[in-house]
Amino acid sequence: MSESPNAIFSSLEINVDRLMEPLKKKKEKIPRQRIPGQNPEDRIHNFNEVPYGFTPEVAILEATRCIMCKKPKCVDGCPVEIDIPAFIKLIQEGDFLGAARKIKEDNALPAICGRVCPQEDQCELVCVLGIKGEPVAIGALERFAADYERNTGRVEVPEIAPPTGKRVAVVGSGPAGLTVAGELAKKGHQVTIFEALHKTGGVLVYGIPEFRLPKSIVQAEVDYVKSMGVQIKTNAVIGKIQTVNDLLKNGYHAVFLGTGAGLPYFMNIPGENLNGVYSANEYLTRSNLMKAYLFPQYDTPIARSRRVAVIGGGNVAMDSARTALRLGAEEVQIVYRRSRKEMPARIEEIERAEEEGIIFNLLTNPKRMLGNEEGWVTGMECLKMELGEPDSSGRRRPVPIPGSEFMMEADTVVVAIGNGPNPLVPNTTPGLKTSKWGNILADQDTARTSKRRVWAGGDIVLGAATVILAMGEGKKAARSIHAYLMGKK
Amino acid sequence: MNEILRKRVLAEGVVEFDIDAPLVARKRKAGQFIVLRINEQGERIPLTIADAWPRKGIIRIVFQVVGKTTEHLATLGEGDSLQDVVGPLGKPTHIERFGTVVCIGGGIGIAPIYPIAKALKGARNGVISIIGARTKELLIMEKEMARTSHQLLISTDDGSYGHHGFVTDVLKNLIDSGTSIDQVFAVGPVIMMKMICKLTRTHDLPTIVSLNPIMVDATGMCGACRVEVGGETKFACVDGPEFDGHRVNFDGLIKRQRMYLDQEKVSWEAYHKGKQEEHSRLGE
Ligand SMILES: Cc1cc2nc3c(=O)[nH]c(=O)nc-3n(C[C@H](O)[C@H](O)[C@H](O)COP(=O)(O)OP(=O)(O)OC[C@H]3O[C@@H](n4cnc5c(N)ncnc54)[C@H](O)[C@@H]3O)c2cc1C
Ligand code: FES
Repeated sequence: MSESPNAIFSSLEINVDRLMEPLKKKKEKIPRQRIPGQNPEDRIHNFNEVPYGFTPEVAILEATRCIMCKKPKCVDGCPVEIDIPAFIKLIQEGDFLGAARKIKEDNALPAICGRVCPQEDQCELVCVLGIKGEPVAIGALERFAADYERNTGRVEVPEIAPPTGKRVAVVGSGPAGLTVAGELAKKGHQVTIFEALHKTGGVLVYGIPEFRLPKSIVQAEVDYVKSMGVQIKTNAVIGKIQTVNDLLKNGYHAVFLGTGAGLPYFMNIPGENLNGVYSANEYLTRSNLMKAYLFPQYDTPIARSRRVAVIGGGNVAMDSARTALRLGAEEVQIVYRRSRKEMPARIEEIERAEEEGIIFNLLTNPKRMLGNEEGWVTGMECLKMELGEPDSSGRRRPVPIPGSEFMMEADTVVVAIGNGPNPLVPNTTPGLKTSKWGNILADQDTARTSKRRVWAGGDIVLGAATVILAMGEGKKAARSIHAYLMGKK
Repeated sequence: MNEILRKRVLAEGVVEFDIDAPLVARKRKAGQFIVLRINEQGERIPLTIADAWPRKGIIRIVFQVVGKTTEHLATLGEGDSLQDVVGPLGKPTHIERFGTVVCIGGGIGIAPIYPIAKALKGARNGVISIIGARTKELLIMEKEMARTSHQLLISTDDGSYGHHGFVTDVLKNLIDSGTSIDQVFAVGPVIMMKMICKLTRTHDLPTIVSLNPIMVDATGMCGACRVEVGGETKFACVDGPEFDGHRVNFDGLIKRQRMYLDQEKVSWEAYHKGKQEEHSRLGE
């Protein structure tokens, strides 16, 4: 979909001398390089990716800002401990392919992580340069190296160990499942992924929108995992077509469950089943997975709205609001019960949403939804809130201000207040223990579950978390599964 | 990719496919459904598994042309393949030996009631079936229903075959004649199921209905399929599709089914325009 990276790399006549110039300038005050991208006025009318990414020149310039700490804090800040200074060094030297391969030693999905990781809370948060000025743009550099490798068509298949004769079933093809599959395939195990939907990638394909994560990039990463010999069976709902016990009986030595947090929560307020009221999962799935934004060229419809209200303050809410805008809504409002400071969305996403003209109704909570004769939503009655004492999450609890009710017009409402674990696999797997919220219980270090030969990781264990944490869990699980498979003759 | 092995036109606008789907055929139980997608641009639509042959690896679906996707589907033939078939989805019908059961299928609802009747007969129930259609030509699967029922009653709205009137009338006559009934199953247009439930409620006859709201993933991930049952929101794709008919909010379901009427028309028109253009191109 997005043409931007190709456009950059098609002009790739690298003049090494010119590229090395910044290096010679020593470490004088080079400011953090900005990532160019589409203007808000233009981008709200298309689904193309917003930031274009660095050009080689700018990437080298940004890389030279890194002071190569002896004890790099950024590596500790990274959930999968990418050797950040090493890959940045390679970018400094103009060895972009080398940089990409360096990252891939620890992270199989760098083009994705470079785009969606909350670097501001991880590697960039602890970057030493950030103490006095601005941290190195590690995420943008990661993205640059991965895009360079992909766009030059020189993606290397890693070395695969000789076949071990062991078979592993991976349930779910989100970042957790893809990571486990890739890691175990490298070790010579025969891996099959079972995915309920018709496309591979989990939230990366059904949830996160094209303008933030182009689907061609997810596809390239999936192809990379496939190139290691991983088999993928789509349209396979485990628990229905086969149970976990069936898999264990039918020749799989181990099973990994990476089924994600795919159960949408609703508010349980009156009027929530009116037409035009969506869960964020449905709204985003229609738009992303089913490509409703290309209706009627694609068959799946989505509400064509004028005024959209999105309830929630996380990434999912921002994605829904920005999708609504691109689908042609005249006015999009975020309705969030705490203040801006407590919003769980990435700052970058909140800023982009603000730039695009999305209205933020903070300290506001819907009380009920109202509809017309035909059963369509027409608006919400909301309450103003104020922040009280901190709750168990440490954030100050929002409390309603009595008598502060007011009306908000809306012909579409998207409920983005969170997702729980889908109960399908736990319900059909005897011996698999879950928490009281339905998350699968797994050992923190090994990702082993209460059931023999079954491991679990990602959102199904952590609750709705992040791509990189899901991958981190996948790596842990892969290590433990590998040890188990090799220990047993 | 799943191949269409056999196609039959059962009535005008009603088509039956036998599809190659070995794993689904082996696992499915009465009351379950599949979701299919014709091609890359296609939408995901749920269809009940009307029958299955586990050893041959075949499932049967029956559908009525009601919009763009079903119209397109009906143009496919033997040897063509569907992009995606996923299933078996939903909870199977709760089957036990109830005693005497009445299975009611209205219009295209006869296709989903058939596997239920078959399973009930297999569980040694006395099966009385009532099937109905607008007119004789549109009545489908009469032979199959006769085979799985101890008694088969038929109605047509226009009186061209069987009882002149609705399936509800036939049920009412049955009740009034003093037949003892232990359990009722009804599948068909929402309005039919609503009327049936209104009748059976007054006679205290437990009634199971199979609901068909709009679905997307059909794995419990989106909530498009939510229906109100006993004042609670349920996801029909995973909590159903069968529910206690006396607790279902049918009016809410009727409204939700109409959510995309406008877009369905747009989609249908675009499809026909495309077909016309293709015709004129080929004609030149
Ligand atoms: C809209 C949205 C935006 C987000 N934005 C960000 C972001 O910017 N940065 C970030 O780091 N994180 C973000 N997240 C969170 C992140 O996407 C998740 O934490 C991550 O995808 C979890 O990975 P996973 O592999 O555990 O599960 P998932 O990605 O949820 O994948 C699970 C897969 O398992 C499949 N599955 C489920 N049940 C079965 C079954 N029974 N049989 C077979 N397959 C099954 C599902 O279909 C799905 O494909 C976002 C999430 C959403 C919803
Ligand atoms: S169709 Fe998506 S949850 Fe039922």
